[in-house]
This record gives sequence, C-alpha cells and structure tokens, in this order.
Amino acid sequence: MNDPLAKIKPWFQGVSLFWPVLGLGLLLIFNAVFSPSFFHLEIRDGHLYGTLVDILNQGSKVMLLAIGMTLVIATGGVDLSVGSLMAIAGAVAAMLVMKISFAMAVAISLGLATVAGTCNGLLIGYAGIQPIIATLILMVAGRGLAMLLTGGQIITFEHPSFVFLGNGHFLGLPFTVTIVAIVLCFTLVATRKTAIGLFLESVGDNEKAARYCGINAALVKVMVYAYSGLCAGIAGLIATSNIKAADSSRVGEFMELDAIFAVVVGGTPLTGGRFSLVGSVIGALLIQTLTITMYNLGVAPAVSPVPKAIVIVAVCLMQSARFRAQILGWFGKRRIAA
Amino acid sequence: MKKSFITSLRSVGMAALSYALVAGSPLAAMAKPLTVGFAQVGAESAWRTAETESIKAEGTKRKVNLKFSDAQGKQENQIKAVKSFIAQGVDAIIIAPVVETGWEPVLREAKRAKIPVVLVDRGIKVSDDSLYSTLIASDFVSEGKMAAEWLAKKVNEKASIVELQGTPGAAPAIDRKKGFEAGISKYPAMKIIASQSGDFRRSGGKEVMEALLKKYGNEVTAVYAHNDDMALGAIQAIEEAGKKPGTDVVVVSVDGVKGAFEAMVSGKLNCTVECNPLLGPMAFDAVEQAIKGEKLPKKTVVQDKAYDQSTAKDVIASRQY
Repeated sequence: MNDPLAKIKPWFQGVSLFWPVLGLGLLLIFNAVFSPSFFHLEIRDGHLYGTLVDILNQGSKVMLLAIGMTLVIATGGVDLSVGSLMAIAGAVAAMLVMKISFAMAVAISLGLATVAGTCNGLLIGYAGIQPIIATLILMVAGRGLAMLLTGGQIITFEHPSFVFLGNGHFLGLPFTVTIVAIVLCFTLVATRKTAIGLFLESVGDNEKAARYCGINAALVKVMVYAYSGLCAGIAGLIATSNIKAADSSRVGEFMELDAIFAVVVGGTPLTGGRFSLVGSVIGALLIQTLTITMYNLGVAPAVSPVPKAIVIVAVCLMQSARFRAQILGWFGKRRIAA
Repeated sequence: MKKSFITSLRSVGMAALSYALVAGSPLAAMAKPLTVGFAQVGAESAWRTAETESIKAEGTKRKVNLKFSDAQGKQENQIKAVKSFIAQGVDAIIIAPVVETGWEPVLREAKRAKIPVVLVDRGIKVSDDSLYSTLIASDFVSEGKMAAEWLAKKVNEKASIVELQGTPGAAPAIDRKKGFEAGISKYPAMKIIASQSGDFRRSGGKEVMEALLKKYGNEVTAVYAHNDDMALGAIQAIEEAGKKPGTDVVVVSVDGVKGAFEAMVSGKLNCTVECNPLLGPMAFDAVEQAIKGEKLPKKTVVQDKAYDQSTAKDVIASRQY
C-alpha cells in the first residue's frame, strides 16, 4: 500500500522504448570507455567516416528486415523466409542489372520478393498453415531457387547505380540510412496515421474477435507478409550491392533470426498485438553494435556469441514485467526489512 | 541389285548389333555400376562449387550412380544424408565434413554396414581411425605456412597483420591459422594485431575489415584471409577507407578461385595459395580401391601452390573455377 517505490515504478512499466534504448545506451557507454576509437568520426571523401557510421550502414539490412518482421509479428506470426528472399532479390537483380535498365531490374527483383511474400501470406491467411511452417518452406526452397538461378556461383557486377545503393553516400551518410529512413517513415505513417495499424494489432490480439468486428484477417495477413517480403527484397539489394556480388548461398543467412531478435529486443511481444517499429529499429542497432563491439574488443570469434547472447537475454528479461516485479519485490522487501 | 544392297546393309546392321551385345554383356556382368553417396557441405563458395562439379563430372565419367546431398553448411544435415546413404545400401560414401567432431556414431553405422567412407578436403577427429578409409585433402597447415612465407618475403619480415578467420571450428580455419602462426613465428617483427572471423563470406570479410580499419587505422599493413572470398570483401573495405589494397595494405589469402586471380591481375590482391578443389579423380580412385578392399594410406595430400601477381596473368585463362 505505502510502497516506497510507487513513484519510480511507472518508469519501469509499459514504456516499451525505455529498455532497448537503455541497452543501446549502456553498450555505447561501454564502448566509449573500452575502445576510444569507437566514437571517432571524421570527414573522408566528403562523407562521415567512423565506427558509428558502419553500424548504421551494416545494420541497415537487419533494420529493414525488422521493420517488415514487426508487422508480421504484430499479427501473431513470424516470417522465417526473409533471409532467403534477400538471396532471391539479390541474385535476380545482379543477373538482370547488366542486361536491362537499373530501374527495371530493381522493380523485377523487388516485385518477385513481394510476390514470394504474398505466397507466404496466402498459405497462412487463406490455407491456415502455421506461419512458422509456411515461411520455413520458402526459407529452405527460396535459397535453393536463388542458387538455381545463379548456378551456385557468386555473380559479380559493375553497375554504378546498383553499387551506389549499398556503397554510396547521401547527405554525408551512407545511402542505406536514407533507404531505411524512407521505409521506416512510410511504415510509421501507414500504420499510425491510418487504421491499418489498428487492424494489425486487433488481428494479433484476438483474430476471432477481429473477424467478428468485420476485419478481413486473412487479407491483413497477406498484406503484412507481402510487405515483409518487400522489405527483405530491399535488404537483399543492399546486401548484394554492398559486396558488389550476389552471394546467393550466404547472403542473409541467419539474418531472419537477427530480425526476430531485433523485434523482440525492441519490445514487440512474439504473441502479437501491440508493436513498436522504432523499438525494432533500435533493437537492430543494438545487435549490430554488439557485433562491432566484439570485433573491437578482439573477443575470440568462437566465444563471441556468448557475450552477445548475455546482453540480449538481459534486455529481454528487463522487458518482462513479471521479472521486474520480482526484482523490485526483493528490493522492496529488503528496504522494508531495513 | 538394289535389293541385295539393302540386304547387305541389314546384315551389317545385324552384325553391329550382335557385336554390341556380345561386347556389352561381359562388361555389364563384370562391373555393375557403383552407387556412391556424396555428402557435400553446401555451396558456400566458388571453391566448393568447383569441388562438387569435379566429383559429379568424374562420377559421370566413370558411370557411377552418384547420390548427391547438399547439407547447406549444417552437420546434422550431413549426418542425416550419410544415414540415408547407409539405409539405401550404397557401395561407398564420400563425405566433405563440415566440422571435425561428432562423426563417430554415424561412421560406426557405416562400418557395421561394411560401406567404405572416403573423406575429402577436411579431416575429422575420431578415436578409431579405421572408421574411414582415407582422407584426400590439401594440408591446410602447410597452406598457412606458405602464405606466411610469401608475406614475410613481400614485406621484408615486418608487418602488422589483420587475420580474417574462417568459420570457428572448421578444419581449414583452425589449420590455416596454426600454419600461419607457425610460419610467422620465425619473424619477430611480424605480428597479428587482430584476428576475427568473417565466416568464409565476402560480406563477413568486408564487415570485419571495416571495423578493424576504424580501430587500427594506418597501423594495418597486411591482411591474411583464410579464403579468397573474405579477402575480396576486405579489399572493398580497404578501398572504401581510402587506401590502396595490394600497395598500402598487402593482402594474402588461400584457395585460388578465379575472382582472386582477377583481383591479382588488377593489382588488388597480392598472393593466393591455391587449394586444389578438383578432387574428383583422386576421390573415385580411392573409392574403387576401398571397395576392392585395398589398404589405403590414411591421408593422401593434394599438392598446393602459391600464385602471386607475376604469375596470375599466365594462369588466369586456364582456371576452371
């Protein structure tokens, strides 16, 4: 009743962005202390150059995937196929870009990724297949398809516009940052300024109730998987452009897991319902920062997954209201006992 | 006249047919086509694809019924593939093991089924080496040493090296690291300032190199990558940092894929130690000997060779992979 922590408690409850931001902040402070070069920025060839810029640039792929994944997870689903869709989009674009116009190549590859995502959505929305199974099919088959297209070879290309996509700079920052910003703003407006966001949340919270309210739940699902496919396609183009080669067997490998991590770390529960796009983007930045931190600290690659996992578990635990209540409970008891 | 011509033609045809039958039948009786299972790691690099192609082509040439499995880089898939080969009762199994450990149970099954196992390109750790017939592989340790020797000569025995490791736990990553470290240990002024994994990927090589260039800046004078793909990724990172790969930073790698030769011709890569993936002929020789019950040496070493910019131009046209 007379809880001494009553004033602080609201800070720790319901603020979905608080914990990922705190995690990212602590990680940055840690880096500031242990690797002095981390915050060093300079202008080189007319653009910013430094570790922070790398995090934004390399993290852009997971950020894009996480934006699409957030919407999928908001409807209570999951999309495991995004890594393979990256491979397909990259392979198609790399093969077409030297033959037809750049705009056409981008349109075709993104179109294909969206169509593939739509197929996922149809399987889930209308055929009623579990999301994890439906997207697993494309996760396995999609990479095979990409390898079939490229004959298992790494396809290299020299095309200034395509190379610019993943390596160019705009306003002093990598162009990828602009792409992520555009996709994020578009998604935010589409979900928060229209009723779409509400539809997603209601389908994720209680699909039956949503249907009785007149929401076409199946169509909503098709839309989010298609959008996730599109985001994966963009990420695939960036990844391919970044190394100037379509490495269809390795591009985006395990990136679906990073994207799911990013969404969960960002505060969107896997059970569906409420979601936070900004949280997911911060989650993606947190994961990329962790990776770069491991490089900077010189942690042996065989053991570096362990500290990474610890940080991610810590952030996830802090988000759990029950876990926090437990900790606060112990803390409170001690205070009272004293 | 006309009729007799046709008759004679027919008789020639008959003769040819009967000859084919006579000639064909003892051959077929002598050797019914072998069925061989090949559990490949995946298709993660051009090198790997070349190896797969070589084994497939040699299988076709020897009229072997080859069952091919791609494990997509995962050991559990490989073990599943080997188990299914055993269930299908193949005559022999070729494995390109993805990691060194964890092979005992499935190899014991193969041994019980009396199916000889030939390992290609990577070794394994087992307590009983009768579990496999032979290993056909390059010596990764000596590849690492060759890279170290070449680099030492190039930089006058003085360098601050960034090492890009392969996938942690993979035999080539372990041995190329060991060999390189042994190779540079003779030269006190050559030291590895950072060693991180790029996972044998182009994107991995680039990402790690970007991060390490930010940390060490001009201190980095050489890069040693455990495969060409990572070196090619690192070259891009070096260029983006405003340095000249091949001149400002010496880049040495292992594998010898075509992309590496192209990079050497354009002066961006300094040296690659070839690791020959065309193991098909040797693998099937070993398979045939093992089926006949001949005793094979536990390891057959494939000869490797270092190529640099001076020799790259001459050999690039003849590269198959």
